[in-house]
Amino acid sequence: MADVSSATHGDLRLTRITKSYGDFTAVNDLSLTIPEGSFFALLGPSGCGKTTTLRMIAGLEEPTVGSIHLGTTDITTKRPYQRPINTVFQNYALFPHLTIFENIAFGLRRRGLKDVTADVNKVLELVELPHLAQRKPTQLSGGQQQRIALARAIVNRPALLLLDEPLGALDLKLRRQMQIELKWIQREVGLTFVHVTHDQEEAMTMADTIAVMNEGEIEQMGSPADLYDNPGTAFVANFLGQSNLIKGRIEGTDGDNLVVDLFGQKISMPKNRSHAVDSSIYAGIRPEKFRISLLGTPTRGNVLTGGRIEDVSYIGVSTQYQVTMPWGQEVMVFEQNDDGVPPFDKGDEVVISWEPIFTFALRGDDDVEAGLEVNPEDPDEE
Amino acid sequence: MSNAFSKVKIPYLLLLPGFLFLFTFFILPIVNLAQTSTQTPIVGGDTGQYEQTLHFSNYVTAFTENKEQFARSFVFALCATILALAIAYPLAYAIAFKAGKLKNFLLVLVVAPFFVSFLLRTIAWKQILGEEGFVVPTLRSIGIISESTTLTSTSFAVVMGMTYNFLPFMTLPLYASLERIDPRTMEASGDLYANGITTFRKVTLPLSLPGVVAGTLLTFIPAAGDYVNAAILGSPNTKMIGNVIESRYFKIVDYPTASALSFTLMAAILILVTVYIRKAGTEELV
Repeated sequence: MADVSSATHGDLRLTRITKSYGDFTAVNDLSLTIPEGSFFALLGPSGCGKTTTLRMIAGLEEPTVGSIHLGTTDITTKRPYQRPINTVFQNYALFPHLTIFENIAFGLRRRGLKDVTADVNKVLELVELPHLAQRKPTQLSGGQQQRIALARAIVNRPALLLLDEPLGALDLKLRRQMQIELKWIQREVGLTFVHVTHDQEEAMTMADTIAVMNEGEIEQMGSPADLYDNPGTAFVANFLGQSNLIKGRIEGTDGDNLVVDLFGQKISMPKNRSHAVDSSIYAGIRPEKFRISLLGTPTRGNVLTGGRIEDVSYIGVSTQYQVTMPWGQEVMVFEQNDDGVPPFDKGDEVVISWEPIFTFALRGDDDVEAGLEVNPEDPDEE
Repeated sequence: MSNAFSKVKIPYLLLLPGFLFLFTFFILPIVNLAQTSTQTPIVGGDTGQYEQTLHFSNYVTAFTENKEQFARSFVFALCATILALAIAYPLAYAIAFKAGKLKNFLLVLVVAPFFVSFLLRTIAWKQILGEEGFVVPTLRSIGIISESTTLTSTSFAVVMGMTYNFLPFMTLPLYASLERIDPRTMEASGDLYANGITTFRKVTLPLSLPGVVAGTLLTFIPAAGDYVNAAILGSPNTKMIGNVIESRYFKIVDYPTASALSFTLMAAILILVTVYIRKAGTEELV
């Protein structure tokens, strides 16, 4: 077996990758650079092509068109075992006939290493399960199997570690804990992690950079804060958190700001947060950026009047309001329960306001429903 | 109280029909067979009349007189098992992993021979391998066998017949265990620097071992006791122990020797199987 571990490293570059199965295009003309040492997430609903992309990087599928480079080496047609890339599989795919020790030693032995004990023990310490070395996978809990799957991959110190929905089978509490742990392990070992998930919170918690995928293409790429604060499409705005998208028209400019008309009421927003191509836009505001106040009380920033509270949900840390605007649209407002003010009641006539810098603008011809109806809790569909 | 009582009793009630069946059709005949195996002919009695004399040396005589047939039975059964494994493994592998939509259709084909009687199928092989069949003339014309060589009435024909007849018993358990393997474990092996051959040796084969053990047992055990293939496709020179037992029972009416041979065969198979399972390390199977 060739020594593939140290041969290649560097950034991973996907260049104009397309993958088709008959008439169906799973991945469409995708280009992507993943910097060495980063924690990168491919985020999207099931069927968006993220798992196919991951499998092409791993070598389990071959692109129909396009090339994949690791550093300066073209790995497009290399077999999985010829790539310095390891995968943490969905449902782990541990070898049921081997002990935990032998599972972890598998990759090292295939590469012809004689003495694997020290390496295996070190990585077992890292995932805090050294006492399980002689067990079989079926004797372990889901969380333990997850850690062993991770240990089995990182023990090889690959140039790239791929994680395919690694936490999908764990319950919520364990998932949160593993998110923090995975992030810590990534910093500890300093490897490049590429993480595929449909869980936006998971991607935001762990990744430095997120690429949001939809229908085989990358919708938007950036840091979690970038994507959340300044989404470029309705799909991203809806898939990452919630958004209020209000139809509007750009009326003019005022310095670095745009003046926007929303159903007769004027608001202002920063120019650099507009993704519009013409004057027709959707103005986007995150529900927690809205402030809510009774008619007649002082407000600042952008103001929209004429709202009426339709529904109130108290959820402890915050209160969620549904407010019907004069033009019939319902908007969501999340208010922190931190000011001692008693919550508003259903039927109250209210004004909503927000800081102009929290506004983003999408193209007026975007599909406001995009990213809404997808069912994120369905990881096995792909 | 009565509820708890019936809960304890229900499993036994469910076991009862099976137990009665086994008792009548397995335990009783075995005991009868054991008794018969130590009987001797009644002095001055008719052919086929025996009395219990606890004559254990029946076993020694039976075995020493038929050592050759015993040996042949196990050699033939072993050859047939190895051949069946060699044919069935790729077949089962292809059905389990490569067949796609054809999977169920191919499985039906595997069991299709059962729709025709075992005996008829074996007789059909006699015709296929006979002088009038197409196999012998073809092989002769391309020079693989000489003009004087025949295929029927040979050890070759007997082993081929057994391989053919027991192939489904090898294929189905192999398929069942291969089909249970998560294909992702094979992908994981490739991901962890194992090429195709290494993946097969280190992952697929070990994981399919229960199927290999089950398949080889289901082939070897009936093959070792088989007499139909040797009777139809073989000659007096290819007699197996099954043929000897058959003729002792039905032709010579020598019940004690036939019974002693049956027991010896059973014991030999049991010992071989136990050693085999120990070696294969799949105790969970038994």
